[in-house]
Amino acid sequence: MSRHPYDFDYLDYLESEAIHILREVAGQFERPALLFSGGKDSITLVHLALKAFRPGKFPFPLVHIDTGHNFPEVLQFRDALIDRIGERLIVRKVEDTIKQKNLEPPKGKLASRNFLQAYTLLDTIEEFEFDACIGGARRDEEKARAKERIFSVRNEFGEWDPRLQRPELWNIYNGKIHKGENVRVFPISNWTELDVWHYILRENIALPAIYYAHTRKCLVYEGQLVAVSPHIQIEPDDVIVEKTVRFRTVGDMNCTAAIESQARTTEEIIQEILQSKISERGATRIDDKFSEAAMEDRKKAGYF
Amino acid sequence: MDLLRFTTSGSVDDGKSTLIGRLLYDSESIFIDQLQALQRASKHRGSEQLDLALITDGLRAEREQGITIDVAYKYFSTAKRKFIIADTPGHIQYTRNMVTGASTANLAIILVDARQGVVEQTLRHTIIATMLQIPHLVLCINKMDLVQYSEDRFYEIVHAYQEAIKKLQVKDVYYIPISALHGDNVVYKSDRMPWYTGKPLLTYLEEVPIALDINQDIARFPVQYVIRPQEDAYHDYRGYAGKIISGAFHEGQAVSVWPSGWQSTIDRIEYAQQAIASARAPQSVVILLKDDLDISRGDMITPADQPPTLTQDVVATICWMDSTPLKTGDKLLLQHGPAVVRCVVKHIAYKININSLSQEDAGGSLQLNDVARVHIRTAKPIAIDPYAVNRANGSAILINETSFNTVGACLIEEA
Repeated sequence: MSRHPYDFDYLDYLESEAIHILREVAGQFERPALLFSGGKDSITLVHLALKAFRPGKFPFPLVHIDTGHNFPEVLQFRDALIDRIGERLIVRKVEDTIKQKNLEPPKGKLASRNFLQAYTLLDTIEEFEFDACIGGARRDEEKARAKERIFSVRNEFGEWDPRLQRPELWNIYNGKIHKGENVRVFPISNWTELDVWHYILRENIALPAIYYAHTRKCLVYEGQLVAVSPHIQIEPDDVIVEKTVRFRTVGDMNCTAAIESQARTTEEIIQEILQSKISERGATRIDDKFSEAAMEDRKKAGYF
Repeated sequence: MDLLRFTTSGSVDDGKSTLIGRLLYDSESIFIDQLQALQRASKHRGSEQLDLALITDGLRAEREQGITIDVAYKYFSTAKRKFIIADTPGHIQYTRNMVTGASTANLAIILVDARQGVVEQTLRHTIIATMLQIPHLVLCINKMDLVQYSEDRFYEIVHAYQEAIKKLQVKDVYYIPISALHGDNVVYKSDRMPWYTGKPLLTYLEEVPIALDINQDIARFPVQYVIRPQEDAYHDYRGYAGKIISGAFHEGQAVSVWPSGWQSTIDRIEYAQQAIASARAPQSVVILLKDDLDISRGDMITPADQPPTLTQDVVATICWMDSTPLKTGDKLLLQHGPAVVRCVVKHIAYKININSLSQEDAGGSLQLNDVARVHIRTAKPIAIDPYAVNRANGSAILINETSFNTVGACLIEEA
């Protein structure tokens, strides 16, 4: 496969950059981990890790911070994926953190445990003494992320300080840290949502079924469609509809809104995104709308 | 479809944020919800028109103070190319941020206010872009609406700029008269400047040839990680994982390994576990050699007939990025790709005034944002090329030994 320099496609460039970053993690850290949510971005990371390290094993386990509010399809997918690739999976549950720490479980109609994930994540980092956590965040998702480094150093409390970031030059990544600190690493920082979908198409990567159009009962909540599940409170005057929908991200069942869609294949999804032009977090993350600086706050507190 | 990375630099009020906003808006790269947020924010600020500058306005601290902190990355694509913008602010820590943004760029956009013409900052931007060897420069003469779209004014500025950069080794400059506010010559060709026969900015960004921006002649492969599967089927497998940072390698090629200088032959090149006959920069691959050598992370594989310079004495242009000054005799870590070595600053030859390129006495120390020529001695030999010849193998960073912060950018001049 000899290539003329002009043939180097942007997806090849992004893939090569991500593999390079994953190998830097392997080379620089003693106890890295890959944070796996079961979403398309973390599944893409696993695919890239296979390209980076096979025929060897991954030099890190996959870690799933389980809110207990997952889509069952995503958990099935996760377990099947682990079986297929034969790598180690660590699961830590937000439920257990709530019990151990006597935290107030979130109340209310949608009762999101999203912000509690940060506690469980930080506990898990301490438990296994992880010095680097690989995540699937992308800079195009949100304004606060646009300024984050690929190697993002966090203090002992997992906090991110946007004013004290290390300069990141060329493709040289400085992962040196003190004990207790850790680094969040984002190999697909430079990918956009469409890049990920084009890559999934090109590489024929399998995803959980909820990404593709299917029929589902949904609660209509402030103009958004929320999957009916045991994790939300249904009240008598609620409007429940049955629609053909898909999900653009796989967060918790109660904080990820569905969009109406007929897209049953990856090609159709790409077409739909090109036409709809609604960016992914805006369309589906209910918890970002509360304040303009919502993500910045959660980031500083250690949420990715 | 390929990928172009560019940086935009400018000072306060030169319309840089508006230009990026315009580029994204007119190329239909803004999503509906982002547009709605923008409309809300514009109204909130009391602006009747859509304030395109708000698109690149990131963190809360910035919104409160109306300034841009640090480097922000933005993405958009057209049918021809994917673009990554490194947006760097023009005020405090200016040099540090621009050097960071410029380090990965194929192209730099330098903005000039048509009313002001070429100012000190214009030259500073040009000097940094040239120092970092950004292959292509675009001088956007902005706010043409405020000088009545005057052809004379445009050429006056172009000539003043050409005169000012005579002494610099600027390779490739393209000049475009624009109005970011009104969209003239950004995405669409302006009919208010029929005298301008060149391309609008986006067309230029889509068409400028970039494939040769990476050195395609000198092959370099820094080893990042050694793959040694613990399975019987792969008992003798020893794969060197890394990214080809320049040039090309092929099966059967005679190679050397640095710093040891050992010789071997490429047995196989693998990509995603498939053997491939050859590979070139910037591919990430696995290389297997015919001989069983002790090679580890930080070593470099090169063609036997293209040796790098192996040295412990490095002369470099550095940009100091830390608030604690650098002094002669300071010990630091130097990271060159995956290789990290201890080093000592033997001598600060002179500071470079980045407004004029003149050499100034450093008095033995460097402050934040200073650029200087220094002599560095490393604890172990490193395999390097001059930055001017091979950007990918002539760059390094300096790390503080105790704080572990990245404190300097290092452009290797000679060995």
